[in-house]
Amino acid sequence: MLNKQLLIVGAGPAGLAASIEAKKAGVKDVLVVDINMKPGGQLFKQIHKFFGSSAHRAGVRGMDTGAAMLKEAEELGVEIWLNTACVGFFDERVACIEKGMPDGSKQIVYMKAEKIIIATGGQENVVRFKGWTTPGVMGAGAAQTMINVNKVKPGNKIVMLGTGNVGLIVSYQLMQAGCDVVCLVEAAPGIGGYGVHASKISRAGVPIYTKHTIKEVKGNGPNGRVSEVTIVEIDPKFQHIEGTEKTFEADTVTLAAGLKPVSDLVRLQDIELVFNGPFGGWVPTHNEKMETTCPGIYVAGDTTGVEEANTALEEGRVAGVSAAEALGAISAADAEAWRAEIWTRLDGLRMGPFGEKRAIAKKEVMDAFPGVAEA
Amino acid sequence: MARIDDEMLVCRCEEVTVGEIREAIAQGAFDVVGVKRRTRAGMGLCQGRTCEKMVQQLISQELGVGPHETGSTSVRPPVRPISYGALAEGVF
Repeated sequence: MLNKQLLIVGAGPAGLAASIEAKKAGVKDVLVVDINMKPGGQLFKQIHKFFGSSAHRAGVRGMDTGAAMLKEAEELGVEIWLNTACVGFFDERVACIEKGMPDGSKQIVYMKAEKIIIATGGQENVVRFKGWTTPGVMGAGAAQTMINVNKVKPGNKIVMLGTGNVGLIVSYQLMQAGCDVVCLVEAAPGIGGYGVHASKISRAGVPIYTKHTIKEVKGNGPNGRVSEVTIVEIDPKFQHIEGTEKTFEADTVTLAAGLKPVSDLVRLQDIELVFNGPFGGWVPTHNEKMETTCPGIYVAGDTTGVEEANTALEEGRVAGVSAAEALGAISAADAEAWRAEIWTRLDGLRMGPFGEKRAIAKKEVMDAFPGVAEA
Repeated sequence: MARIDDEMLVCRCEEVTVGEIREAIAQGAFDVVGVKRRTRAGMGLCQGRTCEKMVQQLISQELGVGPHETGSTSVRPPVRPISYGALAEGVF
């Protein structure tokens, strides 16, 4: 069995930031595993500039933040295993890992890790309507990966469901990629995301139908692919209003209906969870060190409640510092001061009309923390 | 009484429909695991990663309970699909 000081699951913004901070704090042996072929999580598909102040990398594109972090992690000597899945945890922090080998094969590795950070991110929600399993219906995030990372158009004529920031930004990026965005559909009475993103779409002449939903998708295209999409107006109880249907020719439907935390690894441990609607469902409670109720196991990023990349990154830093402290690499006082600095930035990220809700949700999750269990 | 969306798929891995899930709830299932045992919803390749939320919504609607009262899928290793080779080597 292999031994590691620090195992980090997930090489997105949270996991990478955690690995960098732990290394900087003096942890010798840091391993990050990620199920994907490339590290960076969702950062490399975020070709747009982020909002916020300069302390939060405002004006920097997500993909540039990803590249800078990856370079830093490599320079610091962080070990990264890609195409590698952590498939289970057993007692005493033993992880079972299916390691991706250079020849493409897989090898099962058992590893005892002194400390573990779980940063497995979030997953897109699905919406149910007649024909939702038709080929050509996909998550908006998946479509964004296709255009921005793989440089492949998901389709030519696209209907977007959802107008949160993901729905709005991905719609605009699909247009930039040369797709015809037919319309955006939103169940709520108003647009979910920032007005500045919505205006860009409206200025391009793409209609946004609020108080509408998708009634049916027909799959009469090649190989049963999406051929047309019928939308319908809904009443305040979200019931279809008959006679208000509109049908569009389209070959793709993208769903931007929010995300939920990926918490399966967390749930394998005896970690206490709490239900939080705004954060996407069940999330692990944690303290200001990002430590869970299970001693030596930390969480960071969307796993602890769906937010955005900058928050994930800062939470990852906190977890990295805390793991380093627990491993004896830095003193408690130094770790405390380091964390205080990061928490000031985190508080800054959770302000404003969108951030405040997340600040309240985070407080609820942390208030529910009963303390770390006896080791 | 059959409803308009009864034919709609919820669990695409195991091909379980809305109607079948409503029937399971009518038979007494009150959480995600209860629905799973009666219908196989959530027992396919993705292990409920896609349909769990939709099953929770249906339970919530049918029984008038909050989403936090609908349970969640049970988790056990391996949490991601692994190769037959790994199984053959007896690692689990």
